[in-house]
Formats: sequence, structure tokens, C-alpha cells
Amino acid sequence: MPRLTPATRMGLSIAAAVGVYGVSFGALSTGSGLSVLQTCTLSLLMFTGGSQFAFIGVIGGGGTGAAAWAAATLLGVRNGIYAVSLKTLIEPPGTLVPLMAHLTIDESTATATAQTEHDERVRGFWTAGIGIYILWNASTLVGALAGNAIGDPKRWGLDGAAVAAFLGLLWPRLKGRDPIALAIVSALVTVIALPIVPPGIPVLVAAGATALWWAWQQRRVRP
Amino acid sequence: MRLWFWVLLSAAAAYAIKLSGYLLPRKLLDRPVIIRLATGLTVGLLASLTILNTVGSGQRIVLDSRLLALGAAAIALRLKAPYLVVVLVGAIAAGLGRLAGLP
Repeated sequence: MPRLTPATRMGLSIAAAVGVYGVSFGALSTGSGLSVLQTCTLSLLMFTGGSQFAFIGVIGGGGTGAAAWAAATLLGVRNGIYAVSLKTLIEPPGTLVPLMAHLTIDESTATATAQTEHDERVRGFWTAGIGIYILWNASTLVGALAGNAIGDPKRWGLDGAAVAAFLGLLWPRLKGRDPIALAIVSALVTVIALPIVPPGIPVLVAAGATALWWAWQQRRVRP
Repeated sequence: MRLWFWVLLSAAAAYAIKLSGYLLPRKLLDRPVIIRLATGLTVGLLASLTILNTVGSGQRIVLDSRLLALGAAAIALRLKAPYLVVVLVGAIAAGLGRLAGLP
């Protein structure tokens, strides 16, 4: 039994708190029309919650697979940034990189970067990453089976759960004036585009418009 | 099945992005403009998906019990409720709205 250090303790508690979100993903995914197997495949192979929710959100709204792919992939860009900082902080041996990459998500990065020593960073990353991976996939299966049993997403307010799920992902990122302004602009662009372009595309229009606006805005503020 | 193709391609793209951060030269990705874009994309996409799931119905805007879910979830988040509770509150709000005869 390995000794619990502050990093492993933080990793375990984050895993316990976050892993169970998989239930809501699983239920919403089958409610959006994916099969149980497709739902579990997303959690096993994609393993980045925000992108998984984006994928099923676009499909559930009647969008095409291509639009769902684009939204999920754009939302995953931040993981590439996490990978850059983890590579610098941890300097993993080459053989571990393929596995480390798969576990590179919001929470494992946050646990690693919260530590001050190298060994603790390593322990924090792996504890959070592996812990969440196991719980996320187990709870996805539970949720998918439950969602399949419910059937119509409108029953039991599953469509309301989807709204709350996305707001819950957005909320912690709305710190300060700029992200709030950005979120409002994005929501407006989405509503304007909704009746004009095919389903699934409004998300991409909003993403493109807001990312450009944001990049330009930030450049102006901090040259 | 066409959907399977996109499920697997999306998983592959997500992994490729993660892996590229470890394999590509650092100065290619660790640039302020890339970091700003990633931050902006994340907020913009999540805000768009939130409103889309609230009022979208195909290509139409429909105002129904999902608005109650949005309001209730915002209150739960303000009260620092855990994520799963927030999701449940959204479901209950929409369910109660329909029970009360709202669309």
C-alpha cells in the first residue's frame, strides 16, 4: 500500500468528485440518440468530458456527425496546451508519453500543476488521471443504461439536465469580465445563426466568431 | 453506421491533439495567441452549447421548460452546489415545468 501524499490525496478526491459526472454524460448521450456502445466508446477512447458533451450536444440538436466532430475537436484544443505545460513540468520518459497523453485532461493537469515538487507532480497527475479514467468509464456505463431505460429525453426532464450540464461546465470559466462578455457574445451569435444555418453549424459559427474576437481583444489589452 | 465513423474520428482527433502537445516542439504551441485562442474557444463553445440546448429545436427557437432548467441550474451554481446536483436540479426544474402544464 503506497503512502498517501498530499498529491495522491488531492488526486483521489478529485477523481471521486469528478468521476461520477460520467452518469450524467452516459444518460444524456443515449438520450441524444447514441447507442450504449457508442457512448462507452467516447468515454474510453476520447476521454475528455467537455468534448464528449459537445459531441452529443450537436448530435442531440439534429446536427451532422461532421459538425459534432468539429465542435468536439475545437473544444479539445486546450488539452494540447495542457500537454505542453505537463511535458515541461514532469519531463516524462518517452515510453510513458502515449499513456500520459490519453490521461491529459483538465483535472489531471490541475492536480499536477498544484504541486510544488517534481515527484509530487508525477504522483498527482497519475492518481487523478487513472482514478478519473476508471470512475468516468464505470459511471458512463451506468448512466448510459439508465438513459436507455428512460428513452425519450423529455421524460424526467433529461433535456433540462443537458442545459444544466453545459452551464455547469461553463460556470467555473466565467471568472472576470472578459469571459462573461465572451459568453454573452457567443450565445447571441448562436441564437442569430440558429434559424439561418443547418443544425450543428451555429456552434461552429459562434466558436469561430468568439475565438477571433477574444484573441483580438486580448492582444489589444496586453500587447 | 455513419455515426460510428464520426465517434471514432472524434476520439482519434482528441488523442492526436493531446499527443501533439508532448511531441511537437514547445515553441510551436506555447505561444500567447494559441493559449488565448484555446481559452476563448472553450468559453465560446460551452456558452453556445448551453444556449443551443436551452432554446434550440432543430432550426427553430422554442421557449419551453428548458428555460426553467437554465435558471434553476444558475441558482444552484451560485450556491456552489456540486456538479451532479446542478444537473439533477436542471432535470427537476424542467420536469416540474411540464408537470405544471408548460411546454
